[in-house]
Amino acid sequence: MTRIDAKFAALRAEGKKAFVAYVMAGDPDYDRSLELVKGLPAAGVDIIELGQPFTDPMADGPTIQLAGQRALEAGQTLERTLQMVRDFRTGDDTTPIVLMGYYNPIYHHGVERFLEDANEAGIDGLIVVDLPPEEDDELCLPAQKAGLNFIRLATPTTDDKRLPKVLQNTSGFVYYVSITGITGAAAAQAADVAPEVARIKAKTDLPVIVGFGIRTPETSESIAGVADGCVVGSAIVAAQAEGKPTEEVLAFVKSLADGAHRA
Amino acid sequence: MDDLFNSFMNGPDEKGRFGIYGGRFVSETLMPLILELEEQYERAKTDDSFWAEMDDLWKNYVGRPSPLYFAQRMTKELGGAKIYLKRDELNHTGAHKINNVLGQIILAKRMGKSRIIAETGAGQHGVATATVCAKFGLKCVVYMGAHDVERQQPNVFRMRLLGAEVVPVTSGRGTLKDAMNDALRDWVTNVRDTFYCIGTVAGPHPYPAMVRDFQAVIGKEVRWQLAEQEGEGRLPDSVIAAIGGGSNAMGLFHPFLDDPTVKIIGVEAGGKGVNEKMEHCASLTGGRPGVLHGNRTYLLQDEDGQILEGFSISAGLDYPGIGPEHAWLHDTGRAEYVSITDKEALEAFQFSCRTEGIIPALEPSHALAHVMKIAPTLPKDHILVMNMCGRGDKDIFAVAKHLGQDLG
Repeated sequence: MTRIDAKFAALRAEGKKAFVAYVMAGDPDYDRSLELVKGLPAAGVDIIELGQPFTDPMADGPTIQLAGQRALEAGQTLERTLQMVRDFRTGDDTTPIVLMGYYNPIYHHGVERFLEDANEAGIDGLIVVDLPPEEDDELCLPAQKAGLNFIRLATPTTDDKRLPKVLQNTSGFVYYVSITGITGAAAAQAADVAPEVARIKAKTDLPVIVGFGIRTPETSESIAGVADGCVVGSAIVAAQAEGKPTEEVLAFVKSLADGAHRA
Repeated sequence: MDDLFNSFMNGPDEKGRFGIYGGRFVSETLMPLILELEEQYERAKTDDSFWAEMDDLWKNYVGRPSPLYFAQRMTKELGGAKIYLKRDELNHTGAHKINNVLGQIILAKRMGKSRIIAETGAGQHGVATATVCAKFGLKCVVYMGAHDVERQQPNVFRMRLLGAEVVPVTSGRGTLKDAMNDALRDWVTNVRDTFYCIGTVAGPHPYPAMVRDFQAVIGKEVRWQLAEQEGEGRLPDSVIAAIGGGSNAMGLFHPFLDDPTVKIIGVEAGGKGVNEKMEHCASLTGGRPGVLHGNRTYLLQDEDGQILEGFSISAGLDYPGIGPEHAWLHDTGRAEYVSITDKEALEAFQFSCRTEGIIPALEPSHALAHVMKIAPTLPKDHILVMNMCGRGDKDIFAVAKHLGQDLG
């Protein structure tokens, strides 16, 4: 059982929805990023999605692209992201951390070595945008074997015929992408999302978390209300990009978390 | 060895792999689209009416077959191998790019797609796509790095004349790879009505195989044209082409992969020289295997797996990757890959103008520079075929600048 599985079991027992926050590791620099990550659990974040910067984030909108560029310019590497997780784990051994990014930095690091390092640092799950089920041999299966969750994205284009393939080697939770598009784009609508979540839940016992297009406490509440929880990324990254003090960013995160927890 | 040779034309496998290269490294949103494209392409490939439409347009719209031309003065001056130029620069729109665009757009029409998107570097693929979209009355959006928009103004104007919307890309560093990222972002957003027309033998399966199949018309023509001029059954001894992503080269090479007597040479852009400062875009000579834009291939990247920018005098070659089939041909040793510097390409550019009255694009000037190196060392009965894949009209300003002249 990973920290992710334990977290969902605890939330279920309390009858609560999950709030997942995405932040870019190393944005705007290592220290300020770590300070933000450390503050997330107290702001009500149930699961932390830590973005690993990449030069070519083809599924991300401008907000997350720019955050990745700032992080890379400040010297962020996969090695330093692992170090950030280690630093976080000295004060928090329960909040799950999901590493989210693209395959090349991991491939370049070496899959086997990466899985050892990720486990040792305290990462619980992986979301790798450019690894669909067709490429499961690359990282998904080795990761599951190494005891890490591999969280898959399901999207509006994942039809019923394809859904079992997407769910087959998924663990931890299913990340439903609410829109066809990139991060930070169109607004998610609970009325559109609800039947899609139901469609996925009919095929799996895993929790279904919805992301993309959620920016406000109200949407956080309405979307979490029709799923097992929701993810906010671009809106938090944008608040960080405005150069607000960490406590202000965390106050915004808390308002989003409260929204999800009201649902 | 025989077994190995037997297999060279069979790729890719059902997972879209050439050896370890290729594959389908895309987000889930795109995966169903890619599978649908593969299915539709497999159907079209064996449909005579599809190829009948292609043949008609190749002949009457593009001007195929392009001539296979014996370059007599070049041959004489270099004093060795007999040099033939495959004149794909004479195609409509001035380069080989249209061979592939026609195929993809006809496929898009069959699939009921009404909106075509494309990425472009120097603008040749963008112009070809805008051209064919105009011909068929389809909406066309071309993503082009902001820096390339600046330095390729004539092609930007051409695309706009042809009715395309040109979107300057400022994300990342505003180059060809970023244009490809933005095209993928567009596709992921407009999945229902949009067809992504990729300009080279890269991207997720089935693109590398599909683009290669459309460009293979180049090598197929060379086979019969050479037999016509040199006698039945005579094959080239060497085939040579320039490589950015590698589509013109793959088109020339593929029909000869299983002819072991034919030496295959790809020429990458060495920029200021393949060095540690990465002032080149020779992915095979200076890169390492990685995953980008839907496929595994050789990439220019740093110690952390972050992608680096290529550098070349030729905007059509400065892509940090290369088609996966080339990566595989490189590893298996079936093809040889070399690099040529900007300076050598400029010399070849002038050599072609002076000896044959052909103003070449800077891309094939790289291939010609390698021809100039090896032809003198080869016997006179050695037949060397080089793909003159584009004409140089678009490059005269850049060349003038490098030669110290300002054309205003």
